This record gives sequence, structure tokens and C-alpha cells, in this order.
Amino acid sequence: MFSYHLLLGSTSTLSMQCSIQECPFGCTFGFLAAIKCDGSWNMNSIRVGRQERVYEMTLKRTLQSICMLTVHPNTTTSVVLQVVGDDGSLLPCAINASCAALAFAGIPLKHLAVAIGCGVVENGGVILDTNTAEEQQLKSFAHLVFPSSRKVVGSKEPKQKDVEFERGLITSISHGVMSEDDYLNCIERGVAASSRISDFMRKTLQKEAASVAA
Amino acid sequence: MAEKTEPAAAAASRLAGEMEVEAYRRLFPLAFLERHLGESVRPDARRLSEARPTTVALGAVSSAHGSALVRLGDTAMLASVKLEVMSPPAESSDEGSVAVEFHMPPICSPLVRPGRPADVAPVISKALEDVLMSSGMLNLKELCLISGKASWLAYLDICCLNADGSLFDAALISAVAAFTHLEIPLVSVGDDGRVFTVGGNEGKTKFELVNREKRKLTLGDIPFSLTCALHKDSILVDPTSEEESIIETYVTVVVDSSDRIVSIQKLGGTVTSMTAVKECISLAKERRRKLREILIDSVEVMEVDQTE
Repeated sequence: MFSYHLLLGSTSTLSMQCSIQECPFGCTFGFLAAIKCDGSWNMNSIRVGRQERVYEMTLKRTLQSICMLTVHPNTTTSVVLQVVGDDGSLLPCAINASCAALAFAGIPLKHLAVAIGCGVVENGGVILDTNTAEEQQLKSFAHLVFPSSRKVVGSKEPKQKDVEFERGLITSISHGVMSEDDYLNCIERGVAASSRISDFMRKTLQKEAASVAA
Repeated sequence: MAEKTEPAAAAASRLAGEMEVEAYRRLFPLAFLERHLGESVRPDARRLSEARPTTVALGAVSSAHGSALVRLGDTAMLASVKLEVMSPPAESSDEGSVAVEFHMPPICSPLVRPGRPADVAPVISKALEDVLMSSGMLNLKELCLISGKASWLAYLDICCLNADGSLFDAALISAVAAFTHLEIPLVSVGDDGRVFTVGGNEGKTKFELVNREKRKLTLGDIPFSLTCALHKDSILVDPTSEEESIIETYVTVVVDSSDRIVSIQKLGGTVTSMTAVKECISLAKERRRKLREILIDSVEVMEVDQTE
């Protein structure tokens, strides 16, 4: 049993993970905060359930693609996420938390998945890591997941920029209408931001590994 | 000893000459697909960028206010819209609302068991709702009857009759077609202040009708979607369920008539380069033009049937 608490602004998720028997990947998403439902129209309760299913499926497929499933055959890796606070960019926070939990648990991974939320502003600009107020105001936003950057030992700055753009995309979920250029802008900004997040993850993991070894 | 270390693909090709095609297809699905991709063709003899034949039939469900039956190759979807009068909530007193539900009954696929709903059904449901609302196709103010007192609640139910890949694409076309076919029933206000629907020819003359003129919804920018499966360097447009199960990576791009991206959904799978994603977006734009023609043709066919 292993747990990891990730804080991203005021959105925080608690990711717990343990392995059980059976088949590939299980994923459950729980909301700790009480959900207020408008009593006069009970469609809300069905809709609230749907959003969790979408998050679960996204998480499951993203994490399934980074784990090496053939190393432990006939086992289920169960990732349980508990939302402690939600202030926007919930899905990126959840993906980062579960990725860190898997890494700490020692599950063999191909690479880390680094998630970022990007919002498109009216003049075509892109803002990163949107909170709830911004998400409601913005016409469109996208949640993007990239593989973690490779640290090139002794490299020069200009070379790294080209390598970064070729990194590719694991998951992308967009909400709202945006032009193709806006979307490609989001990807560019997202790639740049994700390299900083992956540096942070790398440092944290190295620190923890050192303290565990000591 | 050497045979044990032989990689699976080489073993597969060695056995290829010795066994039947069907057995080879079941035992080595990936190798079977890759041999086809090597010749730039797919197991069902389509080219890589060719989608399956699409048919749209409007008015499939006579008891619903709007309905459509869509076939995308073997995938079949039945969408129907039923309107109900409701009193709108205070914050949107001059708007109606739409409730979208996507069903996958056990008849659609051997993977769906009775009593155990498919995992993908709520995901497609939510995605459809998001796309229909954010694309601006439906103007909710048109669903208003009497401001503040009565408006329409449209129940859009999409039932998957056969799941053979590209479920979201077929579901979106069927939803759009059902709304195109939708005819708002005539209503009148009773003595007790309640709004009721009026049917039949004498009804039209007996009661005082509230909405005699406004019978059809004006649809804004209609969204069309395309799912592509990405395998190494090949992009397979409109995958069947067999291809989807072998290739776990696919992108669904939804574009509207002004070529803006309404939604891009890529859930997990292998890491794909941006050039592949851009290629998918341009394929989606091409597909949109074809789908728009198919939809316009089906509307014409329906109008011809109605005048006969």
C-alpha cells in the first residue's frame, strides 16, 4: 500500500495504489467533498456520476500506456484517487499524482506522464494551469499529457528546444471550440511547461530515493 | 534453443504459409494487420484513409418527435428525440434544455453483458453532450415556449444497435440527424394554465395554439467527427472494432463548418508525434465535407417521401 499527496495550487488529490490479483487495470475516482444537487432536477446526479467515469477512463488509458504491463502478468494494479480539494485542473493533478504514486511504488514504467491544463484566452493567448474561475470564464481549454523529458547530460540550450517539440503527445482532451492554431499553441506551451514539471518530479524522486536508501 | 528465442513476429510469418487465414487472424492479430498495412490496405480491403460507407435514414422511429438511423459500415446507431414540457429553472428562464443519454444494450456487442453496462457508454454520453452544447449547434432559446413558465426538455436517446468501431462518430451523426428531423409538436394552454400537446387535424382548429409558426429548430454550426487509429507510421481512418482492439491508440477529432476544432479526444495509447495529430485534423476536415453532403441528401430524401 502506498500513498502520495499532490498539491497543485488548491487542487489536491490523494493517490493510493496497491496491487491485487486478476486482470489489467482498475481505476476509481472518489469525491471527498459533498456534491450539492439541485433538488428540483435530478438529472444533475446522473451527470455528476458521468464526469467521474470519464476521468476514470482517461486515467486508466493514460496510465496503462506508461506502465510495462508484461512485467507482472495476471495482476491488477489498482489506482485509487481521492479528491481532497477541487479548484480547476483536476484531471492533470490526478494524472501527476497517480504517476508519482506508481513511481514511488516501484511499478516499472516506460516514462513518467506529465499533465498540464491549458486555457485559450480571447486574443488567442494561452494560460496554463487554469483554476475553476478561469475554466468557467474561458471559452475553451485543453488538458494535455506528455511523456517526461529526457535529461540530456552536457547538452547545449538551443538543441534542447528542437528535441522538446518532438516529444509527442500521450493524451489530449479539449473542451469548447478553438481554432487549429490555438490548439497547436496550447501544445507548444504545454510541452515547455511539462519539461519544468518533469524536472520537478525528477528532483523529488531522486530526493526520496536518496532518503529511503540512507 | 534457437527456436525459443525466435521473436513472435518471425514465428508468425513462418507459420503463415502453413495455416489457414482465419486461424492466423485469430492467433496473430497484430501480424495479420501489419502484413496488410505493408501493402497499404486493410483487412476489409479499404485504403488507409477511406472511411466506411455511411447511410442516414431520418424518421426511423415514428412515435418520437425526431429520429434517425445511421449506419457506418456495420456500426448502427438509432437516435431519437422526444420533447416534454417543463418549467424552466430560475437562472435560465427563457431557455429549454437537452438531456443526452447513450445506451449500449447487450445486442450491440458480445463484450457487453446484461446487467453490466459498458465502460465506454457514460464516456461517449458525456462527450456527446459536451460537443452538442459547445459547438453552438442548438440554440436553447428556441426551445422556450412561454418565457419563465414553460419550455421544452429534449430527451435525446441514442441506442447502439451494433458496435463495430467508431462509436462516437456514428453517435454524433445520428444525434445531428435526429435534431434535423425534429418537428416540434403543437401546444396549447389549457384552462388550468397547464401546457399540453395537441395532435391531429381537428386539434389544430379547436385549440388556440401557442407555437403555430415555429416547428423546426434552426441548427447552427453542425459538428462532424472522425476517429483515426494510429499505428507506428500509419493512420487508419474509421477503424472497425477488430482494428480498435489491436491498435489501442486512437484520436477523435470533431470539426465544425468553419473548420474550427470543437473537440480533440486522445485517451492514452502510444506517444504520437504532432505531425500525426495534424494529419488527423486535416483528414477530419475532409470527412466533414463528405458527411455534410450525406446529411443534406438524406434530408432531401425524407422531404420527397413526405410529399408523396
